[in-house]
Amino acid sequence: MNARLLRDLKKLLGADGVLHKAEDLALYEYDGSVEVARPDCVAFPRNTADVVEIVGLANKHRVPLVGRGAGTGLSGGALAREGGIVTSFARMNRILEVDVENQRARVQPGVVNADLSLAVAHTGLHFAPDPSSQKACTIGGNVSENSGGPHTLAYGVTTNHVLALEAVLATGELVRFGSTAVDPPGYDLTGVFVGSEGTFGLVTEITVRLTRLPEAVKTLLATYDSIDDATETVAEITARGITPAACEMMDGWTIRAVEDYVHAGFPLDAAAILLIDIDGLREVVEAEAQAVADVCRAHHARSVRLARDTAERDLLWKGRKNAFGAAGRISSSYYTQDGVIPRTKLPATLRRVNEIGRKYNLAIGNVFHAGDGNLHPIILFDERNQQQFRDTVRAADEIIEFCIEMGGSITGEHGVGMEKDRLMPLLFSEVDLDLMKRVRAIFNPAGLLNPGKIFPTSKGCGEIYVRPEPAAAAPPA
Amino acid sequence: MSMATAGVSSGLAGIVGSANVISDPAQLVGYRIGDIAPQLAVRPGSNQEVAQIARLAVSEGLTLAPVGARTKLGMNIPLQQYDVALDLTRLDRIVAYDPDDLTLSVEPGIPLRKLAEVLAARRQCLPLAVPFRSRATVGGTIASGVDSPLRQFYGTARDYILGMEFVTGEGQIVKSGGRVVKNVSGYDLHKLLIGSLGSLGVMTKINFRTFPAPLSMQAFIAHFDSAQEAAGMRQRVAQSPLRPLTMEILSPRAAELLSSGVPAEIESGQLPSHTFPKPGWAVVVSHAGNEKVLERYERDLRQMAGAADAIVLHESAALAVVGRVREFIPVALETSPGTVIVKMSVRPGGMSELLGDAAATAEKAGLSWSAIARGVGVIYFALLPAGRNDDARSRVDNVIKDLADTCGRRDGNIAVLWLPDEWKSLVPPRTAQRSDLDLMRKLKNVFDPNGIFAPDPLASIA
Repeated sequence: MNARLLRDLKKLLGADGVLHKAEDLALYEYDGSVEVARPDCVAFPRNTADVVEIVGLANKHRVPLVGRGAGTGLSGGALAREGGIVTSFARMNRILEVDVENQRARVQPGVVNADLSLAVAHTGLHFAPDPSSQKACTIGGNVSENSGGPHTLAYGVTTNHVLALEAVLATGELVRFGSTAVDPPGYDLTGVFVGSEGTFGLVTEITVRLTRLPEAVKTLLATYDSIDDATETVAEITARGITPAACEMMDGWTIRAVEDYVHAGFPLDAAAILLIDIDGLREVVEAEAQAVADVCRAHHARSVRLARDTAERDLLWKGRKNAFGAAGRISSSYYTQDGVIPRTKLPATLRRVNEIGRKYNLAIGNVFHAGDGNLHPIILFDERNQQQFRDTVRAADEIIEFCIEMGGSITGEHGVGMEKDRLMPLLFSEVDLDLMKRVRAIFNPAGLLNPGKIFPTSKGCGEIYVRPEPAAAAPPA
Repeated sequence: MSMATAGVSSGLAGIVGSANVISDPAQLVGYRIGDIAPQLAVRPGSNQEVAQIARLAVSEGLTLAPVGARTKLGMNIPLQQYDVALDLTRLDRIVAYDPDDLTLSVEPGIPLRKLAEVLAARRQCLPLAVPFRSRATVGGTIASGVDSPLRQFYGTARDYILGMEFVTGEGQIVKSGGRVVKNVSGYDLHKLLIGSLGSLGVMTKINFRTFPAPLSMQAFIAHFDSAQEAAGMRQRVAQSPLRPLTMEILSPRAAELLSSGVPAEIESGQLPSHTFPKPGWAVVVSHAGNEKVLERYERDLRQMAGAADAIVLHESAALAVVGRVREFIPVALETSPGTVIVKMSVRPGGMSELLGDAAATAEKAGLSWSAIARGVGVIYFALLPAGRNDDARSRVDNVIKDLADTCGRRDGNIAVLWLPDEWKSLVPPRTAQRSDLDLMRKLKNVFDPNGIFAPDPLASIA
């Protein structure tokens, strides 16, 4: 650790605004993924001016700089792959403005996703993107990763809800993108900034759209004796032109893991369940819930249950949102994948995932956003078993390769980070990646911000496959 | 401009075949952008040909402008030089359509109308109810950034374009995004091309998510005496559980223009004669659904309209009124020899005041005007001077300057989308002070380092 940098940071932020001891840094070497990387120090800015100063110091001392929200990310986006300063936005967590009339809010990056929705609930509004980690993850992190969530099926992902940003670029320059009104002039810099995984700048302020809470919601739980029947139901709901607010699937293995933990009332002997939300105008919900139930039954659902009240609905969703936590109770480590496929390819893809599990003798649970074809296979492994870890990564790669073969993508909402950089060439040509890098260089010319992310590094595969230090089994909140 | 036309022409013919190189001045007039006609037009048949043409442009120092059906070449595109029109109408294929996945990949030259027919056969649609719809291509629609009244429900192109392939100013074929509905791999570079007016690259494939076609449609039209009352209605709808497909406020003159004298080629459908029975401000709200849903909308909207006169149109009549609203820009352009279309956006709650200020400013300058305001906070304000002379121009210029100030005070945006060609160099573009202009310039330089495409749309703003 550079002593002069540390002194400068402490002078700027106070002694309690900087962490640098090994025992403190240990917490910041993880996120929700299986990746590990230790920063040299962690800085806690209080305001935008602090962020500008921190970027200045990083430039002065030529050390990398990585932004961090709650550290719930699943691709190593907030890890200091090449060391340096992690900038935590934990102290920049204020909701600066709520404009109910125009359905907008201006927030600092450290505001927790669910806190914004809670804060505006009395006005009948909410912030629609709802990652499973929404009780912990921050809106700054959501912006960097362009996060999704179950209800983004109908409402869109983070980028569809961001109107304007204020950010400090790698040069220390403070820039505003977009505007509180729609259609700002010139190129859509907000659009390209959202999802840039911390490689363009440190976001210091975000103006988001707030969405009116639906008048009516119906939650359906459809139970199946076969995974194929469940996936075919999803494909047909899509083909029929019904867009549920959310359409989630859990396989039997996951159901049992969750039920043991949350007691949500999921049937223990089922092969799969679908958890489907229909929301909107009462009259619309009535008709669509009926149509969805009909599709479920036509595809041999053993039962289709309608949540009776909000309590039951919340319990079912609690079960879904704690699926990863449930996996953590069973296995010391697990690896959550994030592939996307066209929805018609769901049945074939789930079959392939199961084959891959058998091939490597790995337990793979499936809990995912079925409605938009976004898979989250959870592969369990034992961190003490090097061979099993290597098999886990191989199995995960094979799943992703199959997704690409099906016309899909390597990540739907978790980001590329340091987890999938080496997979990017499977989707993009060198020319594609080169243009992306040149665009990055506009914002981040010297590569100081979040180095070693998104783009394949020059490191050989052998090195990348080396098992990192044991990962925490904690759920991604 | 110095261009060895014969050499370039044979170079282009070597790429696309001589039948696809146009050098006849009479035909080239049809490719004018502003008052500049190109020396040649070329019609590539593949992305590879587009890339080769771009590389030829680099080596020969030519400037290219991609064009489709040429419906919007009168837009305020800041061209200084324009050697070759890149006519993309041969690139009109549907590359892939997977109705059960609700995804679509098309080449840019496909006409919207043709595409809509293919989608309609599967009871699907793209929410691109844009001006010039009966002739416009998909590529021109996306590159020009024109919007659709349907954005009230579906958002804009940036919300449903999943990915793109495009050719950069260095002649490289690049893709970003993909063809699935959820995807965060790599930067969303394709978003930059939406509305970029051909300044960053040439789109060669555009991937969309498609939508189920709305069930039977209904339009509710209420009449008010003032912009404030009309805006009040908009606000009540916005704060209700209703989620209409479109919601527009029409100024008295806009309602009048749209109910009469619409050019036949616009194909907006037959509008019932009683749609806009009296002069005044109209709020047009359209929605779709089953019978119960339509009843609910009508009941709630009547309540929100209070004492205002209101009518309800069904099916083809509802489609016709939305079709007219969609075509406000071409209708306004036909109305005056010197029509200027100014687009302003503000927070939706600020529209009523902005409309009031804009009307007062235009009237003070002695200019007639007409406006539609979209529920999301976008106002198309058409200045309709009686002539196209210097006096009219100077009045227009003053009004635009005032409008820019007014928008700036409200944290809003302004753009002059259309104005007479000979005024383009004389009426300066206006925008609020922005800190991201320098980044936009750098982006332009990364995509098009040799400047073979149009300058960045904000290039002339200091």
